[in-house]
Amino acid sequence: MPTYANRTAEALGALGVPTRRAIFEQLGERPSAVVDLAARLPVSRPAVSQHLKVLKDAGLVRDVQEGTRRVYSLDPAGIDGLRDYLDRFWNTALHSFKTRVEQQEETP
Amino acid sequence: MTDTTTAITTSIVVDAPVDTAFAVFTGDMASWWPPEHHLLQAPLDSMVFEARAGGRIYDVGTDGSECQWARVLAYDPPNRVVFSWDISVAWQIETDPAKTSEVEVRFVPEGEHRTRVELEHRHLDRHGDGWEGVREAVRSGGGWGMGLERFARRVAGAPVSGA
Repeated sequence: MPTYANRTAEALGALGVPTRRAIFEQLGERPSAVVDLAARLPVSRPAVSQHLKVLKDAGLVRDVQEGTRRVYSLDPAGIDGLRDYLDRFWNTALHSFKTRVEQQEETP
Repeated sequence: MTDTTTAITTSIVVDAPVDTAFAVFTGDMASWWPPEHHLLQAPLDSMVFEARAGGRIYDVGTDGSECQWARVLAYDPPNRVVFSWDISVAWQIETDPAKTSEVEVRFVPEGEHRTRVELEHRHLDRHGDGWEGVREAVRSGGGWGMGLERFARRVAGAPVSGA
């Protein structure tokens, strides 16, 4: 169902990985650079970078250059979008339900 | 009745009698449920809706694994069903019932062969301090404060302290 592949679904998927949730949680406590996150978590710097990329692509995390450091923090817009998720989900589900019910009616 | 900040509502009209609409919604969920929305590792085989208050709703994978994601709170055929939504913001199973929201579905006849299906997914704020806590933290201008920290813990599935 490609039409349903919105950023919010992507965001929920991105948080489905434990290490990524741990990074998300750390960023919830304070904005951090890759090196800080790698120091606090049992994850290598390249792996942290890769997880941050997924979180950023999903709209959950943003980054800003501060001198020589790139600092990551949670993206408020992405979090706010989570609430829309269920609204979209149920609209999709009910349309699918309607199609199914009406098929059932045609073939008793 | 509906608190728009912690609930969402939607409805649809189907060309079918109320009995059929209710039967398909509860008894044949897998036929219409968006297929990518399952928590199983294996492909979905079926969805089971135990047709009674206190029943469970669970998915069954092709490998026989099961995933219960809801409890039936009210079952009044053919007009109404209420079930819990035991799925966290991070799309994980929520094991603490106090942290789950609920879905009420009403089937309203609009003629012999037409039914309006009204759905309300409410108490979204029960999913930890997530939905509203985060908004308030952002709105207050103080950036990501305690509200977010709690939210992050919930999302991360950390156990409730003292449990």
